[in-house]
Amino acid sequence: MEKGISRRSFLKSGLAAAGAAAASTVALPESVKGAKETELATLIDIRKCIGCEACVEACRDVNAGKYPVPSKPYPKMYPSSVKVSDWSGKKDVTDRLTPYNWVFIQHAQVVLKGKKEELTFPRRCMHCQNPPCADLCPWGAARKLDNGISVIHPDICLGGSKCKDVCPWKIPQRQTGVGLYLKILPSLGGNGVMYKCDRCYERVAKGELPACIEVCPEKVQKIGPREEILKEAKEIAREIGGYIYGADENGGTNTIYVSPVPFEELNKAIEKGDGKPHFKKVADSMAHVDNLAKAMVIAPFAGLAAAALKMVSFASKEKEGGK
Amino acid sequence: MKTKIETATAPGRPKTLRRLYILTFIVLAFTGFGQMPIFKRYGLSSIPGLGWSANYYATHYIHYLGAIFLIALMAYTAADFFASRRKYFRLTKAGVLQIALLSAVVATGVFRVLKNLPDVVFSPGFTMFIDLSHLAFMMLYFLAALFLLITGRKWLSPIQR
Repeated sequence: MEKGISRRSFLKSGLAAAGAAAASTVALPESVKGAKETELATLIDIRKCIGCEACVEACRDVNAGKYPVPSKPYPKMYPSSVKVSDWSGKKDVTDRLTPYNWVFIQHAQVVLKGKKEELTFPRRCMHCQNPPCADLCPWGAARKLDNGISVIHPDICLGGSKCKDVCPWKIPQRQTGVGLYLKILPSLGGNGVMYKCDRCYERVAKGELPACIEVCPEKVQKIGPREEILKEAKEIAREIGGYIYGADENGGTNTIYVSPVPFEELNKAIEKGDGKPHFKKVADSMAHVDNLAKAMVIAPFAGLAAAALKMVSFASKEKEGGK
Repeated sequence: MKTKIETATAPGRPKTLRRLYILTFIVLAFTGFGQMPIFKRYGLSSIPGLGWSANYYATHYIHYLGAIFLIALMAYTAADFFASRRKYFRLTKAGVLQIALLSAVVATGVFRVLKNLPDVVFSPGFTMFIDLSHLAFMMLYFLAALFLLITGRKWLSPIQR
């Protein structure tokens, strides 16, 4: 059994997926099997990554069937200021996120123990615990699964890119000329489909590991129940005097990075931009509206209280008028 | 013929409430449409003073505030009607229709709010149903309100004594 995954949690999470897992070549850690009520998180230990891009290639191989096959020519867009996002001629790009590349290796030149070193690490969707992409998607195309994986349904997505606009890391990437919008109002609404890492959710459902984790020769990543992954990340950080990213970012994510250098330094050292996410601190995007949602419970009582006050005032005026 | 029946004991038509409803409805409709990626695309957010309308977090927050106000207003209006107006007014069929549609808008909105809470996961089909029905009921409410405005029908009708 892998380090950080307890026998207790294995028993707790059940055996529901054991049959499916048996059929797979490399199974999920024991504790993950059937852990339907537990959010799964991945731990990325930056120290271990050698930047070989095996994860990138495995992701592309396994997910090739999900990649967009756009219909050309693309519909004329109105207004004309609306630009198409066409990556179909740039499928080989692997140094950033694209609709055809859902994980890439980021590089950072840092000073570690007085020596200049290059750190490499895989970047992809953080799979937030309270994902704004899924919360704010107007059509329900983006959604969070019970096991904490965020996915975008390509048959429903209209490619409005709202998920990218609200994502603190601007992860989803659009491809024009594909999807439902072509059947509705292709010139007036929508602009394709948004694509991002779905953490190989079908493989996970079958008890298999996500491709990037399975193939990594250095075991940079591991997957397990979030509590245990976070506990292990904290243990590593304590041991090496390192730092954690993802525990609290955007209210907590299901991707936890452990680094020997502060993430502020990593953030300064990496190339950032479209398709190249940052490592900045991120406040909980949905916290304000979640608080307002709680206030909604009080709203009808406030209305009733206001009406009661008015009635009392009205009755006292009537009483005074009767005197 | 207009019947003015407001006296010390008989309240008139709730004009202030009506205005508040209209204002709330406008705010909710605008910020609701703003949840779709159309304001930026169609240049609305380029209009000076409306730049905020392309910020989904801003429109979402205002939409929630409007929803809170609407729910409080509905509770207030219902209590006010039953306590002090029922003796003098009755609900018209138009009023019943509008209340039903508004209730459907609120009910589907409540489900949307629930869906947005952390740890609440709905199936994709149900999520889509909620999204589309919230939009559809709002559009029906708007069309019904427009029809009632054109035909001069009101929610309340005075009880002749």
